[in-house]
Amino acid sequence: MSIPKQPAPAAAEPLLKVEGLVKHFPITKGLLRRQAGAVQAVDGLDFEVRAGETLGVVGESGCGKSTMGRLITRLLEPTAGTIAFDGRDISHLGVAGMRPMRRDIQMIFQDPYSSLNPRHTVGTIVGAPFRLQGITPEGGVKKEVQRLLELVGLNPEHYNRYPHEFSGGQRQRIGIARALALKPRLVVADEPVSALDVSIQAQVVNLLDDLQDELGLTYVIIAHDLSVIRHVSDRIAVMYLGKIVELTDRSSLYAAPLHPYTKALLSAVPVPDPRRRARRERILLTGDVPSPISPPPGCRFHTRCWKATEVCKQQEPPLTALLPGHRVACHHPEEAPTEAVREGAPA
Amino acid sequence: MTTAPTAGGAPTSFLEVRDLRIHFPTDDGLVKSVDGLSFRLEKGRTLGIVGESGSGKSVTSLGIMGLHTVGQYGRRKARISGEIWLDGKELMSADPDEVRRLRGREMAMIFQDPLSAMHPYFTVGAQIVEAYRVHHDVDKKTARTRAVELLDRVGIPQPDRRVDDYPHQFSGGMRQRAMIAMALVNNPELLIADEPTTALDVTVQAQILDLIRDLQKEFGSAVIVITHDLGVVAELADDILVMYGGRCVERGPAEQVFHAPQHPYTWGLLGSMPRIDREQTERLIPVKGSPPSLINVPDGCAFNPRCPYADLPKGGITRTERPELRPVPDAGDGRPHLTACHLPQQDRTRIWNEEIAPKL
Repeated sequence: MSIPKQPAPAAAEPLLKVEGLVKHFPITKGLLRRQAGAVQAVDGLDFEVRAGETLGVVGESGCGKSTMGRLITRLLEPTAGTIAFDGRDISHLGVAGMRPMRRDIQMIFQDPYSSLNPRHTVGTIVGAPFRLQGITPEGGVKKEVQRLLELVGLNPEHYNRYPHEFSGGQRQRIGIARALALKPRLVVADEPVSALDVSIQAQVVNLLDDLQDELGLTYVIIAHDLSVIRHVSDRIAVMYLGKIVELTDRSSLYAAPLHPYTKALLSAVPVPDPRRRARRERILLTGDVPSPISPPPGCRFHTRCWKATEVCKQQEPPLTALLPGHRVACHHPEEAPTEAVREGAPA
Repeated sequence: MTTAPTAGGAPTSFLEVRDLRIHFPTDDGLVKSVDGLSFRLEKGRTLGIVGESGSGKSVTSLGIMGLHTVGQYGRRKARISGEIWLDGKELMSADPDEVRRLRGREMAMIFQDPLSAMHPYFTVGAQIVEAYRVHHDVDKKTARTRAVELLDRVGIPQPDRRVDDYPHQFSGGMRQRAMIAMALVNNPELLIADEPTTALDVTVQAQILDLIRDLQKEFGSAVIVITHDLGVVAELADDILVMYGGRCVERGPAEQVFHAPQHPYTWGLLGSMPRIDREQTERLIPVKGSPPSLINVPDGCAFNPRCPYADLPKGGITRTERPELRPVPDAGDGRPHLTACHLPQQDRTRIWNEEIAPKL
């Protein structure tokens, strides 16, 4: 049966497409500030974010996940590579060129204490995007801000309060309200819950979830906590030293990780169940993450990998699709998925 | 047990804390950081203290170490009462000099942030040597050998060379290892680890947790682990103490606290965290509201404004009546499992089995 070719459904079209993204921060030396080296924070990323999905980005500190977030929101200028938002190349747009794009791409920051100006009231903070973009929402800024405060679960009467009058979780909600003010299409959240207490974390995670359903948002959520990432993401990218080592949907990543690093990372997560303490199998990685100033040659993980061979030291493995929709950068990926089936843990 | 601070003489346990209260006077009012906390700990066992920020867990640990009594310029001193018995000695009424001799030798602490807990101006080795020579009358060379030996034991590569490095030359995980070496240099019998892995990445966290566990086996010390991460306590602790608003709301063997928790706050904590070892859940079950201010702790049970079961009938008990820690009947293997909740036992069992456990 021949189906007439139709434009692909909106859900499959990438909203954000990143190719060969590189960011090197120069290290200068001496009086003439000659470049002595570079921190290779992000070193060649290829991925896409589909409209309506949540892409989780996970990795240890120093793996470049936050730099990646700042690059796709264009708070940083990429050294090389392209970032295309909705088909338009935004990789080298200037401040003025980015301004209209800022309506569509917003960011939620990690630290709810330093990301809100202590001298501004909540009303000013959440209303700032309207002022900067020269937009007057229907019914006026104040009304819209109060609607947003209500949307994120804050009392609209708190319009005139200052950030210090709120708790950490409430401040994070203010940050979320500000990010949502202009009805963005893509929200990049950098460690949105890591500064919050456990019981508050759950509130914010649920809020992000609800807002996505209500407003049809696309998220890129950056976090180091594998349990949180599993809860919020549809697809997950695992980063190590500036590179994506594994990129796949949530269930295959957690059920059958193919990259040794992902496997080690998952096995290291402390599980809140004392009964599992004795019988869990843990892969202990030795040492620390190497410095991104002089990353190891070949596969960047080979210094800590128990499967590393000669080829790993010399050749960098490309990120290839080993299974449909499951991309891995490894010379010796884990065997067939059936073998790596997750230890069953009935509740 | 919680209300009689003067009752009984020297206890049989290695560490026993009785009715510990630590209050700080401030301009806004009295901050009751710890308000009547009692527990005991035997040698070779690990106690996990869990709670959110501001629940009083770190203040408790500093209180045991006797680090609160010195107020800056003699003002704003913490008001402390209660008893702390360590190996048959009462520390609260003891001479500060005597406590100082114990601190570091009998009891040592691993701090959360090794970068700020170590002096940036001195080498790692010098700091470990100092800690050793304060308590042992040895020459520098012997102390240095001891420092190298310990750095080696905690897994620092090339310890004879790294002993002369400064803290900034170490990575985060290595600094935490060096901190542990420093704490262990005098073979302390009580080791308090305050958020030992919070600043670390998961892979390094797993290394440090393994190290603490191995060292405890080797030295047979009593360990208190203070953390907000239920995963970390489940890895380490034999017993768990859940703190809320400066008081203990639940205490018992780890197995019991995770598999038959009794207090609604413990249920809330378990429901709030996404878990990697369970099937994916659609939604987390958060605890509504936020932790109370310790200046204005709610009357009665401090958790009552956030408790979803506060309105269930409890046989004439009003909201302003404070629940005391009471043992849970038939709590398994004989070790006490206590909880401070007004809910009748059968209601608690029913709610946990029918409403909470299936959703986790």
